[in-house]
Amino acid sequence: MTGPYRRPVPSTWWLHNRAYFLFMLRELTSVFIAAYLILLLILLYRLNAGRGAYESYLRFLGAPGMVTFHVIALAAALFHTVTWFNLTPKVLVVRVGARRVPAPIIAGVNYAAWIVFSALVAWIVLRG
Amino acid sequence: MPDPTITLEIFRYHPEQNETPSFRRYEIPYREDWVVLDAINYIKDHIDGTLAYRWSCRMGVCGSCGMMINGTPRLSCAAFLREYYPNPVRVEPLANFPVERDLVIALDDFMHKLREVNPWLIRAHEQPLSDGEYRQTPDEVAAYKQYSMCINCMLCYAACPVYALEPRFLGPAAIALAQRYNLDSRDQGRSQREAVLSSEDGIWDCTLVGECTVACPEHVDPAGAIQRAKLASTIDWYKRVLMPWGGR
Repeated sequence: MTGPYRRPVPSTWWLHNRAYFLFMLRELTSVFIAAYLILLLILLYRLNAGRGAYESYLRFLGAPGMVTFHVIALAAALFHTVTWFNLTPKVLVVRVGARRVPAPIIAGVNYAAWIVFSALVAWIVLRG
Repeated sequence: MPDPTITLEIFRYHPEQNETPSFRRYEIPYREDWVVLDAINYIKDHIDGTLAYRWSCRMGVCGSCGMMINGTPRLSCAAFLREYYPNPVRVEPLANFPVERDLVIALDDFMHKLREVNPWLIRAHEQPLSDGEYRQTPDEVAAYKQYSMCINCMLCYAACPVYALEPRFLGPAAIALAQRYNLDSRDQGRSQREAVLSSEDGIWDCTLVGECTVACPEHVDPAGAIQRAKLASTIDWYKRVLMPWGGR
């Protein structure tokens, strides 16, 4: 006589279900974002180290492999941002009187703020 | 033309006979208006009386017939055979719980966790009976009503990979129920529940996979409840740190 049976959880559990897979994909995007931030910190360090160091680092970043990495990191950041913004209505329950503010409005405020801040950064970077 | 049939593959586990479970196939008549629970009842009545499973109301109220049906946690009384026909239907006990026998899972862990969150109205001061009932406006009822619809079917635990990997996790239904009382205007017990909710095995274990909400047959939205509890707990923390004189 044995006791209750505990079914093992396979390490591939996240491959068995589309929702679990997308969740893991969202979690994995953080690896690319962390790697990008490290490259950005090195860029600041090289900028401080002098013109030669900075320009050689820029040449390194221009290599095809690094450009590919940045494209993937951008896609990861966009995927993370969009999925996260779409989840904000779950966290923020705003009531006006008895009515709950509809989810698209709560998510929409995030998207609007995203556009405003992106435009601001673009203006600072591109104004010359 | 012969009458149509459908095959059910059912998880069987009899601890006194076998140490490991196995699947058994049953071919039964297919009826368009049957749910999976009807099919299992047919097997129990006509083919194999040793099959063990839980059920009661057959109408999505009691919450006792939750099973994994083709890998998805569902109430077997609400899953129609026609959704799967002519393919076979694989029926397993709810995932993430120990199996007592066949489709019957051990409930002890869930029952323990439910009690831990004190899911009842807690009052600092009970008002005397002569003052009448604690009255609420429709808005005050609306604030928690959704979270009070839970039927304790545990489908959310079966859908939660965090619970699968960290069985100590308090879990979706228990947290949603704690939130149900925290949001009730008659309740004054939030600080008593906070110790359990904000513990290591509480709300912060949740990584917002969100499948508990998808699985919930009563549209309770436990994932939403957990995220709201995180927000409330964070605001509490900032209040304590930034305004230590404020009290609560």
